Amino acid sequence: MVKDLSVNLCGKSLRNPVVPASGTFGFGLELADSFDLNVLGGISLKGSTREARYGNPVPRIAEAQSGMLNAVGLQNPGIDVLVNSKVPALRKIYNGCVIANISGFSLDEYRECCAKADTCEGIDIIEVNISCPNVHNGGMAFGTNPNAAAEVTKAVREVCSQKPVFIKLSPNVTDIVAIARACENAGADGLTLVNTFLGMRIDIARRKPILANTTGGYSGAAIFPIALRMVYQVAHACSIPVMGCGGVTSARDVLEMMMAGATAVQVGAENLRNPFACPEIIEALPLEMERLGIQDIKEIIKTV
Amino acid sequence: MEKQLYTITENRLVAADTYRLVLSGKGKVDGEFVHLEIPGFYLRRPLSVCDSEEGRFTLLYKTVGEGTKVLATLPEGTQLSVLTGLGRGFDASACSRSALLVGGGLGAAPLYLLAKELKRQGKKVTVVLGFNKADEIVLANEFKALCDGFAIATLDGSVGVKGFVTDAIKGMAGLDYDYFYTCGPMIMMKVVCEALSGPGEASLEERMGCGAGFCYGCSVQTQNGPRRVCKDGPVFKKEEILW
Repeated sequence: MVKDLSVNLCGKSLRNPVVPASGTFGFGLELADSFDLNVLGGISLKGSTREARYGNPVPRIAEAQSGMLNAVGLQNPGIDVLVNSKVPALRKIYNGCVIANISGFSLDEYRECCAKADTCEGIDIIEVNISCPNVHNGGMAFGTNPNAAAEVTKAVREVCSQKPVFIKLSPNVTDIVAIARACENAGADGLTLVNTFLGMRIDIARRKPILANTTGGYSGAAIFPIALRMVYQVAHACSIPVMGCGGVTSARDVLEMMMAGATAVQVGAENLRNPFACPEIIEALPLEMERLGIQDIKEIIKTV
Repeated sequence: MEKQLYTITENRLVAADTYRLVLSGKGKVDGEFVHLEIPGFYLRRPLSVCDSEEGRFTLLYKTVGEGTKVLATLPEGTQLSVLTGLGRGFDASACSRSALLVGGGLGAAPLYLLAKELKRQGKKVTVVLGFNKADEIVLANEFKALCDGFAIATLDGSVGVKGFVTDAIKGMAGLDYDYFYTCGPMIMMKVVCEALSGPGEASLEERMGCGAGFCYGCSVQTQNGPRRVCKDGPVFKKEEILW
């Protein structure tokens, strides 16, 4: 039986709701030889900043129970390389929804990067990372305070006249709903949540942190129930669309996240343990829908 | 990159805390390393390919962490999910006629695959391996059978030259090579790259996430800017490496 997997994000139609999350899929091009990217509903590209960044020293990766920590530190070639080279190259092989993920360390940087993304033909949606907990001198402050989150939203909204702006929220806050509402009121077209949870591991033989950065973002299957709860709370408190993200590993998780309120679902850390996770999940979706008596995947959004 | 299930056909102790793992499956595995899923562990484990033939390949690993300790308990017949076709390996064609291979500890493993390729190309191959002590020695007979020259150094002097690989190299009369390859602990490779004249390359190691170049978890700074150990390496020209 043919199932309708398509969803609509702010007027942009996605062939299915599955989107690899920013930072877990490079610029798409790195995976182009492994499978046909066109099966993907969208791709959220690696986070970009104004200037090229090397990021944090290694080790940047640590393992944990049912998950992992990363402290990559926003390694990226800079916004100009993104819009002039990475996106055009991806567009030659991919016709789905391209999401540019933008980070910044000042309002000016957010503005400048988002303005460049807004005029880049190949980009469909701008996702603004106000939450990356890996970088000492930024990110955290904007995403953990409703006023600062609103300030960034307003600043980028002013320079983005062509493309929908999604604000990607940090879960490392006391009240994610307050921050979500602040972003919505400041003009966000949508929200992506959640980013990683701040964590740490210690090498007990060496008595030192495993990560050179000491702390890093925890993601993977372990965080799914927490992410789901946050998506549920935010989706029910706001009226703009939500991309749900956090610990998604299966087609069943995708459906669960959508029932909680997500219009699209991002798959993150699972890509790192299984680079074929997204196509496998997409392939499994129709059968899972069949089992549950779902004809059109859109029908289940925010039904719980 | 491909993901496939392989079956353990051999998993046995061959030296101190060191296991030889043979996996069987379809086709011939290429790439410098494979990324192995170990049941109960979230991230895969990158292991250098030691030998590869049609239908099977061989890895050597040491039980240093929790993951490899579990791996050592897996019986023959166990199926493992493996990512193959990963990494940029040694460039055998960079050597014109005679190669020197310098390995430390399990760094010997990928050098074996390289030595086979160099011999296939009709080149002369000299191998120098270093270990802490006798019971850690691996692949000595295999290299001896394959190569034109062979020496071992042990730190405690229990086998071969007492000292480091560089001491064994100094002791080799008439050593003649136009290109060298090294794999082992960082400090050993640094010393080798600084001590040996002429061009060569070294295989780096780093904690990895995806192993396939898209998470940027293993990027190191090089002479040519940031490079991913898993994708742009693990093998780099000696001039490129910032020790």
